[in-house]
Amino acid sequence: MFFGFLSRYPQIAAGEVIRESMPWVPSLGINFSFLLDGLSLSFVLIITLIGAAVFLYAGAYMKAYAQSGRFYIYIGIFMTSMLGLVLSDNMLLMFMFWELTGISSFLLIGFNHHKESARKSALQALLVTGGGGLAMLAGIILLYRVTGSFEISSFYDMNGTITAHALYPAIVVLMLIGAFTKSAQFPFHFWLPNAMEAPTPVSAYLHSATMVKAGVYLIARMNHEIGGTSLWQDTVLVTGAVTMLFSALLAFKQTDLKKLLAYSTLSVLGTLVMLLGIGSKLAIKAFFIYLIAHSLYKGTLFLVAGTLDHETGTRDVAKLGGLRKLMPVTTFTAALASLSMMGIIPLVGFIGKETVYKSILELEYWGIFLITVAVFANAFVVMVTLLVGFKPFWGKTMPTPRQAHEAPLKMLLGPGLLAVLGLLFGLFPDFFIGTMLEQSAQSILSETLSLKIAIWEGFNLVLLLSFVTLLLGGALYLIRGKMLGRVQTMSFPAVFRPSAWYEETMRGLLSFARQQTRFVQNGYLRNYMIVVIVTTVALASFALYRSAGQISIAPDFSITFYEGALAFIILVSTLLLITSTSRLKSIVSLGVLGFSIGIIFVIYGAPDLGLTTFAIETLNVILFVLVLYRLPGFLKLSRSSNRGRDAVIALCVGVLMTLMVLFASSFELSSGLKQYFAETSVPAGNGRNVVNVILVDFRAIDTLGEITVLAIAALGVVALLKLKPDGRE
Amino acid sequence: MYSIILATASRYLLLLLLMFSVFLLFRGHNEPGGGFVGGLVAAAAYALYFIANGIEAARTIVRFDPLRIIAVGLLMAITSTLPSLVAGERFMTAVWFDTGIPLIGKVGTPLLFDLGVYFLVLGITLTIIFSLAEEDRS
Repeated sequence: MFFGFLSRYPQIAAGEVIRESMPWVPSLGINFSFLLDGLSLSFVLIITLIGAAVFLYAGAYMKAYAQSGRFYIYIGIFMTSMLGLVLSDNMLLMFMFWELTGISSFLLIGFNHHKESARKSALQALLVTGGGGLAMLAGIILLYRVTGSFEISSFYDMNGTITAHALYPAIVVLMLIGAFTKSAQFPFHFWLPNAMEAPTPVSAYLHSATMVKAGVYLIARMNHEIGGTSLWQDTVLVTGAVTMLFSALLAFKQTDLKKLLAYSTLSVLGTLVMLLGIGSKLAIKAFFIYLIAHSLYKGTLFLVAGTLDHETGTRDVAKLGGLRKLMPVTTFTAALASLSMMGIIPLVGFIGKETVYKSILELEYWGIFLITVAVFANAFVVMVTLLVGFKPFWGKTMPTPRQAHEAPLKMLLGPGLLAVLGLLFGLFPDFFIGTMLEQSAQSILSETLSLKIAIWEGFNLVLLLSFVTLLLGGALYLIRGKMLGRVQTMSFPAVFRPSAWYEETMRGLLSFARQQTRFVQNGYLRNYMIVVIVTTVALASFALYRSAGQISIAPDFSITFYEGALAFIILVSTLLLITSTSRLKSIVSLGVLGFSIGIIFVIYGAPDLGLTTFAIETLNVILFVLVLYRLPGFLKLSRSSNRGRDAVIALCVGVLMTLMVLFASSFELSSGLKQYFAETSVPAGNGRNVVNVILVDFRAIDTLGEITVLAIAALGVVALLKLKPDGRE
Repeated sequence: MYSIILATASRYLLLLLLMFSVFLLFRGHNEPGGGFVGGLVAAAAYALYFIANGIEAARTIVRFDPLRIIAVGLLMAITSTLPSLVAGERFMTAVWFDTGIPLIGKVGTPLLFDLGVYFLVLGITLTIIFSLAEEDRS
């Protein structure tokens, strides 16, 4: 796959844009449209290259896991959706892939699902990025309202229209929330270090090289279309800078290899976002170099951390040391990647950092301030690198939980390849990323620019800054040992920690849900019924009231003898029903009531209904009797006040039903349905019983639905009766 | 509460009622009746038998697990919707075959559908009755 996309390189390098489209939901403007330009291609190449290395690595690393099959499925889903994300030209399509990456990330973080912390972190990542995704969706829809299209390529010349629109600030804020949550920018950064619960190949792939860059990609992609204003640039710049510094500081007190790397990843993501916020040509150039460099070295280091974990049984830096003799290849790989990460000549990381510094220095107002911040943050990154890339291998040998030895070939190949590429990119930058850079930059800025990229630009301020960074980083490393104990006991008050906000929100949400459940789902059948009935009565009587004038009550008072007798029976049995003090008596009177109603149906020409009523009443009585055995003696369960309330409700229902019947009979419905069914029943349905033909032929799908519901209800009865809480059948 | 009169009578009544229920089912297309009522009557027949002879006897005579009867009924009803697709018509359009045999006449998918309803209703009612009855004993 990597090579497949690589073959497109010359085309893209020549400035072409490949676009494929296929309608999906044309009525909503959703198409399967894909776009391959410089920006997408550089992301695609990163995704496929790191992906290949990670797959290779995982082949050996995941052997110990029981469900490694799932792992490959999840990571395959992830890779597909990530590719879809950076290739799609349609905003909604992109959103779909965006969410898919979130879901596969959720599954992968929670891969060790028997661990509570893994489940919790997975949920946290899902909620944070999912929430951001929703904001982004809202932004996309607003953007659609402004532009009338979901196609990114059609926004290309609309920057003026969009930025001038009243909805513009909302679009920017919503889109950026989406991007910031995904790329773990402050104050949404906390999910990323927690996501380190995932197996290491996942951390290397999703949470450093690819998925977390999706937000960065979105900002880069949208930069031309909706960027260019001070609102956009400043927000991006400030957020990036804050994340860069803040997460670098937080890295100080970590001892876990992966957490250390995670915080440094955060810092780099912040840098990338900040560069986009600066938005100058040089900054964009720095953005790309840094992006590629980071993917290469961070992927490598994560894999190395995984190897260490795998071979020694611990990820605590304090417990690792002197492994270089035991693991020579890993040592070499780690050293190469670390040098790149620290920005030491001649690796690609050096070029990355140099250009970053240079582009910051270009800034007029913020320059001095930002460069201090950047140097400081990078010094912390250097410290992290020393801890992860060198400390485990050099110095005193430490006893490890497992006897350390060199990793299997598969686990060396992946990271080794990435590390060597980092060196090659650094040595021959023009050859590898020179032309690519121009095209990519063009996608962001839409200006053609020719950028020279070189490793050595002579002694200047930037080089000096690099030295300062290294020295500072080394110093930090040295004082860390003494400070660590003190720093670790320090923690911010909860108000200043976004993760605490998250916890609070979750807790609030849960308790709100609980209260709501207690209120709505109170477990009393009669309360549910009261709610249903009262709602029905209220709505129906409102509708009746609105058309009250149309009721013409002209009932026919001529009643026959048996009608009168029936009415008498019904009244007496009702009276018995509500006053009886024995269950059996109530049930029998209920049965009498039902049969009388059945007779009414028969008299008024609905034999089908009558027949069915008889059958149902019979069975009803049987069922009631069966239930009766099990109930305690007749008790007055409800207080008299409750009974009064129930009586009022019952009366309301009765009055309403009477009114509705009167209302219905005062109109002759002229829908033509009656006639239609009567006429077509025999020729089309082959039956003279209209009711039945309607049931099984004309309206068969309704019946099908009803009987399905019935079947499910029966299952429910079985479940309720047969399954006891203690598992006894 | 065993009554020898009821127990004896229920054996014959069961047969009669079942026949009546089938009669209702087939009659349903032209006269009052149909699968729903038919199913209820059949269920009532078994219920009577159960009251007279007890739950074990009733279960033996039903022979199938009522839940299976539900499944069969639902399956029949759904199957009846398929021939229209094969015939290239719209979903759930009734398909009729004229068998030409007197007394039977035309046979169509609605019949199958109604049969499905019959079994489903029978199954559901029996499920509920049997579950409740077994609950009593335990």
